[in-house]
Amino acid sequence: MTTSLIAALVVLAFFILIILFSVFSQRLPAWNFRAIPAFDRLERAVGLAVEAGNRLHLSLGSGDLTGTQSAVAFAGLSMLRRVARATSVSDKPPVATAGEGALAILSQDTLRSASRESGVDFDLMNGRLTGATPFSYAAGALSVIHDEDVGANLLVGSFAAEVALINEAGERAHSLTLAGTDNVPGQAVLFATANETLIGEETFAGGAYLGAGPAHLASLRVQDIFRLGLIFVIVAGALLKLLGVL
Amino acid sequence: MKAPLSVAVAIAIGLVVLLGYFMPFERLTSLRIVLLDWAVILAAVALLVGIGNLIYVHWRKSVRAQGESVHSVALLVSLFLTLGVVGWFSPTHPYSLWIFNNIQVPIESSLLAILAVLLAYALVRLLRRRMDRFSLVFVATVVIVLIGTAPLLGFDFPILGDLRSWLAEIPAVGGARGILLGIALGIIATGVRILIGADRPYGG
Repeated sequence: MTTSLIAALVVLAFFILIILFSVFSQRLPAWNFRAIPAFDRLERAVGLAVEAGNRLHLSLGSGDLTGTQSAVAFAGLSMLRRVARATSVSDKPPVATAGEGALAILSQDTLRSASRESGVDFDLMNGRLTGATPFSYAAGALSVIHDEDVGANLLVGSFAAEVALINEAGERAHSLTLAGTDNVPGQAVLFATANETLIGEETFAGGAYLGAGPAHLASLRVQDIFRLGLIFVIVAGALLKLLGVL
Repeated sequence: MKAPLSVAVAIAIGLVVLLGYFMPFERLTSLRIVLLDWAVILAAVALLVGIGNLIYVHWRKSVRAQGESVHSVALLVSLFLTLGVVGWFSPTHPYSLWIFNNIQVPIESSLLAILAVLLAYALVRLLRRRMDRFSLVFVATVVIVLIGTAPLLGFDFPILGDLRSWLAEIPAVGGARGILLGIALGIIATGVRILIGADRPYGG
């Protein structure tokens, strides 16, 4: 009961603070977010894709949408929307691949919305399911990287070791690979194989860094506040344990 | 807001499920379970739609002869053959199981075996691409854990074994917990953004 109450209070505090920071975003002092090289390179890749006429590939992983892995996929969809809007004037719109049916449908929906906003036609080929198991998904994504003139790959979703196959394909095709996942072993694989890796909460910060709106900036502020609180609690707990109080 | 009804329905259902976790009311909990069951059914239907999309994409690739279209033809032929066998006999019939055990499992196992080589190669390439202290620590840790776990050419290094245990039990667990805490905060923030309608992955 106590754990449940604490969890409910944390979620409630997130609700209140995100709404407050979003509403009063103009009046609050500017919050300096640290530079994340992956997002700088992504912005350059988006610009390059528009100029060079090659396409961006966004991989949403094969996480189950009815479980906790859905959050990272939603973060990926948010980045897909930003990238799709930014490359709307490009000859080749971005292509999204997913390893889960519902995610593939949501990626099509996101790309369709972005196309409608930009006044360009949407093609069903741009949002696809490439396989229903992690390895078949990775194998299906390889052909997209090899055959479809991909200039940069953005991998944001739930991935395990199979993501190394996708990154290797990106390396062979001389395309940039930026990646983040919620899976800890997957992050170790990404660190070794991707050009730029998003570690931990950086994966969820894409919207804020790509200018997705005040709610994204607000949520990043709230995460920073909670992170500081957690650090304080952990250090205080360790000290109290050391002193024999706990 | 272009689709206020879909946004309102999505937010309302999300809030009901969330409250169902925290409030000990039986009706709310039952409603949460029913809604989650619906979500599981919808996810299964979405998989069928996704397979329809897979067929459409590879059909177009085969017709256009785009890229390696022979791969698309092979995919379509094997997909329809498997669907035919499993649909005609049943998923647990020996023919269906033969396809799974003699085609699907070996292919996925081969990909897993390739991964071992690929990751070793990626480790070397990491040092060439990004030679900084993080990469050096990463590579040193991998080497210590590998040698400490499996004896090298029959030689056992007890010190490396102890070092491996220490690395796995103290710094690795601490680092993983730090990353997981950050991810948990990110998950809550993403969930809240969707529940207040600031993020609408359902296209509203």
